[in-house]
Amino acid sequence: MTGAVWAPLLSGVQVTFWICAVLAIVGAIGVIASSKPVYSALSLALVMLALAVVYASLEAGFLFAVQIIVYTGAVLMLFLFVIMLVGVSTRETLVDTLRGHRLAAGLAGVGLVALLTLGVGQAITAPAVGLEAANAGGNVEGLAQLIFHRYVVAFEATAALLITAAVAAMVLAHPKRLRPKPDQSVRLRRRVEAYVEQGVHPGAQPSSGVFARHNSIATPALLPDGSVAPESISATVASRVPPADPAQLGLPLAQTLAAIEGRPGAGPVDAEDSPSSPASPSTPSSPASPSSPASPASPASPASAVDPPGPAPAASPDRSDPEGGSDD
Amino acid sequence: MTDLYLILAVILFNVGLVGFLIRRNALIIFMSIELMLNASNLVLVSMSHVHGVLDGQVAAFFVMVVAAAEVVIGLSIIVTIFRARRSTSVDNEILLKG
Repeated sequence: MTGAVWAPLLSGVQVTFWICAVLAIVGAIGVIASSKPVYSALSLALVMLALAVVYASLEAGFLFAVQIIVYTGAVLMLFLFVIMLVGVSTRETLVDTLRGHRLAAGLAGVGLVALLTLGVGQAITAPAVGLEAANAGGNVEGLAQLIFHRYVVAFEATAALLITAAVAAMVLAHPKRLRPKPDQSVRLRRRVEAYVEQGVHPGAQPSSGVFARHNSIATPALLPDGSVAPESISATVASRVPPADPAQLGLPLAQTLAAIEGRPGAGPVDAEDSPSSPASPSTPSSPASPSSPASPASPASPASAVDPPGPAPAASPDRSDPEGGSDD
Repeated sequence: MTDLYLILAVILFNVGLVGFLIRRNALIIFMSIELMLNASNLVLVSMSHVHGVLDGQVAAFFVMVVAAAEVVIGLSIIVTIFRARRSTSVDNEILLKG
């Protein structure tokens, strides 16, 4: 722009620069002058798009794409998300909290512009070399050559930085619990309160029934009177499985035992009790015979070992004997 | 011509600086910082063009990466402050103490 070159009166790069410079400055002033944050964000998008075009005219094709994708696409959309989240309708008060604060800041800005412009105008004299040689193999290839060779350590550090930022964002944005997590004491207190106020049984609920041929969670447990305990099956299962007949549950065992003994089938309670008493003398009798010579001295152990053949009447005096001895 | 790019960068940087000084909404302060980062990127890219080497573009690329990470952290801090105080004004951040 020194006026020395006359042949192309105004090159395409210069046209691009002037258009984009005006747009960028207008957008930048819009960023800091808008009263609503959304307008500021859209003005910032204008600045970034204008700068992307400037990058393209400066033979930085890769940065042109990255500027649009990363800045305009990702960063600004993140800004817009947060604006929509926290303060779409917030307006600042335009009253200065410090007297003359805005005036002083504006004067400082203008002064710094003047200072830096003068410094830049004094310093730069050499004409631009241009990037034709450096971009000979392609702009992206040239950048990759630099990033993965000379700047590979910085590149790796960038990876660590991004990971840290992602983890920190998750930690910072993690919401608190709405109510404290109930620990064991709180749950126990609630259970006792429910027992006092509503009569809910405080203990564990009965488990599902275990029978000879059924032990699934769909099998109900039986109460002592033979009826089904309703809490022994979860409501989810009970709504899908037809209710079991309690009389059918003990039937196979009763039939099997009846078949073993060769007599007609009886009720489940009778079938459980009657074979157990004849079966018990046969099994303890064999260990009882070696145990009696082994310990003849103590009166209690042979009594308990030999006792099972004579079930009830032998056991009751045996229990009463040690008690009487201790009383004496 | 190179001077003009640098002067544009100076103007953008100072607009961002003034915005950082006079605004009190934390979101707009953050946008002003982004404006300053973009101005510095413009200097890097134009100087890469002046000297005919690509190192300036690599530096601008790294600045973009760091700016993205910074925006993520800063915006999540703003969201956290907003949750606690229902405001994004930076006037009384002294409440952060203790």
